Amino acid sequence: MSNSAVSPREFAEAGADLELVGITKRFPGFTAIDDLDLTIPAGSFFALLGPSGCGKTTTLRLIAGLEEPTDGRILIGGKDVTDTKAYQRPVNTVFQSYALFPHMTIIENVAFGLKRRGVKDAQKLAHAALQLVELDHVSSRRPSQLSGGQQQRVALARAVVNRPALLLLDEPLGALDLKLRRQMQVELKDIQSEVGLTFLHVTHDQEEAMTMADTVAVMNKGKIEQMGAPQELYELPRTAFVATFLGQSNLFTGEVVSSNAESVTVDSQGAPIVVPKDRAARHSGTITVGVRPEKVTLSTGAVAESAGTNILGPGRITDVSFSGVSTQYEIALPGHSTITVFEQNTSISRMHRDGDEVWLSWSAEHTFGLADEGDVEHDAPRFVDDTPTTSIATRRRAQLKAELEEG
Amino acid sequence: MAFTAFSAAEQKVDESARKRSPIALFLLLPGVLFLVLFFVTPLISLVLTSLQEPVPGGFFGEYRQALNWQNYVFVLETYGVQAARAFGYAALASLFALLIGFPLAYFIGITLRRFPLLQALALVLVIAPFFISFLLRTLAWKQIFAIEGPVAGLANAIGLLGPGESITGTAFSVVFGLTYNFIPFMTLPIYATLERLDLRLVEAGGDLYANPATVFRTVTLPLAAPGVISGTLLTFIPASGDYINASRDFLGSTETAMIGTVIEANFLVLQNYPAAAALSIVLMAVILVLVAIYVKRSGTEDLL
Repeated sequence: MSNSAVSPREFAEAGADLELVGITKRFPGFTAIDDLDLTIPAGSFFALLGPSGCGKTTTLRLIAGLEEPTDGRILIGGKDVTDTKAYQRPVNTVFQSYALFPHMTIIENVAFGLKRRGVKDAQKLAHAALQLVELDHVSSRRPSQLSGGQQQRVALARAVVNRPALLLLDEPLGALDLKLRRQMQVELKDIQSEVGLTFLHVTHDQEEAMTMADTVAVMNKGKIEQMGAPQELYELPRTAFVATFLGQSNLFTGEVVSSNAESVTVDSQGAPIVVPKDRAARHSGTITVGVRPEKVTLSTGAVAESAGTNILGPGRITDVSFSGVSTQYEIALPGHSTITVFEQNTSISRMHRDGDEVWLSWSAEHTFGLADEGDVEHDAPRFVDDTPTTSIATRRRAQLKAELEEG
Repeated sequence: MAFTAFSAAEQKVDESARKRSPIALFLLLPGVLFLVLFFVTPLISLVLTSLQEPVPGGFFGEYRQALNWQNYVFVLETYGVQAARAFGYAALASLFALLIGFPLAYFIGITLRRFPLLQALALVLVIAPFFISFLLRTLAWKQIFAIEGPVAGLANAIGLLGPGESITGTAFSVVFGLTYNFIPFMTLPIYATLERLDLRLVEAGGDLYANPATVFRTVTLPLAAPGVISGTLLTFIPASGDYINASRDFLGSTETAMIGTVIEANFLVLQNYPAAAALSIVLMAVILVLVAIYVKRSGTEDLL
């Protein structure tokens, strides 16, 4: 089987396709991944997004060869690598913990993979990779002498220098503070376009996934819920999980009461909500529709009914939180769960106050209809902690910050 | 963020307090007194004894203080073989203890990591021999290796051992005894380093094209080096001075006498205290030099 794998001695000219066929991974007592099919085209920046325990890290470890699938095949660049070991695969990982070798200098860390493959000018290539992440000046230091952000860049250089057909990133930015995180996001994008590798980025941070990836797959309970361009996922979520995990959504469930050629109308506690047919997954029975909070407009007076506008109200504002660019309102609407609205702070006079009576309206074409029942608790999954991964990251971050401040 | 900043600041306060406070010195006092009383004093006494000379016309075993440095020449000429043998045996025993102790420590610290109960049990088994006296255990091996014993019988049967030859009293049995007695001292420090070895580093090695053997050589072993060094020191130093295993009463014979055996004989039998003291000083000096070279050569000062 090993001769069918891509020889690790060859540098990848460009990224390779990754194909997962019917991958299932069972651990004693639970199924982490259930019959997963996934194709990632060469050269793309693909993000696997999901909450804790959704199977995304397991998927990554399966691709890296650190776990064996219970069932299914893994193909890289068209070649079956399922039965090969991690060290035989043309894949490199940027580990969440960085996993830099503490007993080696930075340059030894970066040259490690090259030396294992018997590359002649390993030192020169390693220095070039360090220059790429602007850390060549620390090449003779030990990892413990570097800040968290620097270690992260070394980990990246150590993986990229091997020119793997596929680069796996396991929440690599989890331990960084906001500013560094932004810098690294830009740097990662630059490197990806520069070296043309296929990137597979695993994260629970929806913002990170959306800003960096060409394609995002939202994963939940071992399955991919929806896959597509970030904008597509955001504007037209197909499941309640995607609607609430990727940004926030206001969801309404009701019977379809009427339909015409372009749209269907749903009765939500007496209020009609119109959704275009091409934006609704189902057109009959009980369906769940939703709208993004920033699409909704608040008015202090009753809104005149007009075709193509959904109107709800009156409701009462129960919470106002000002965040500079926008203000978030929570509105209690009789018969509905609390509705969230974001309003841009374009004019001071339009600020509403806690307890104000308001009407809500939005253009019907912003409504989306879900394929599943909207029984997901409103915004519960959004902030579910990725315990095993984030807690490590947080601890590591605290440790690194302490080191930084000492140094 | 504020929290980490606070804890870091607190640490700094601690450090500066440590530098200034006279309380630290006061707390050191018992330790310093202990060292002066039980280490410095005997050491000086030993050096003085090693320079003594016999009282002319005095009793057997009667000495007076002098600067008789010829004692050193005498012991080196007389017992050079035993000294060399001691370091050779100790080196062999350390090597064998390492070859047995490392896989054992690896098994307990890494393979059994997912089974804490089994891990604790295995550790108890490593330590268990300490519950029985060192002398008894060594005597037990003498029984096992005895001429009519099972091992000698088997060795005779397969022709490893000629008729009438014995296992005890040979270099083999002494090195065996030393190895056996010091395996826990080798295993425990190595276990301590392997037990907290970050397995993600091993995975990272595999991810970077290193096969399992290379990962072991380039990642696991260097990270276990502090344990290996402490283990070998804990084995080599006491083994070089050991006088039980090599003694005729246990696993040795006159042909296997080590420096510890001759020190014992000079102190207790021959009552040549200056020679025994000189031998002790030589032993100490050689160990000091060997250990210094070893620690320096292994280049892990920053890991220790």
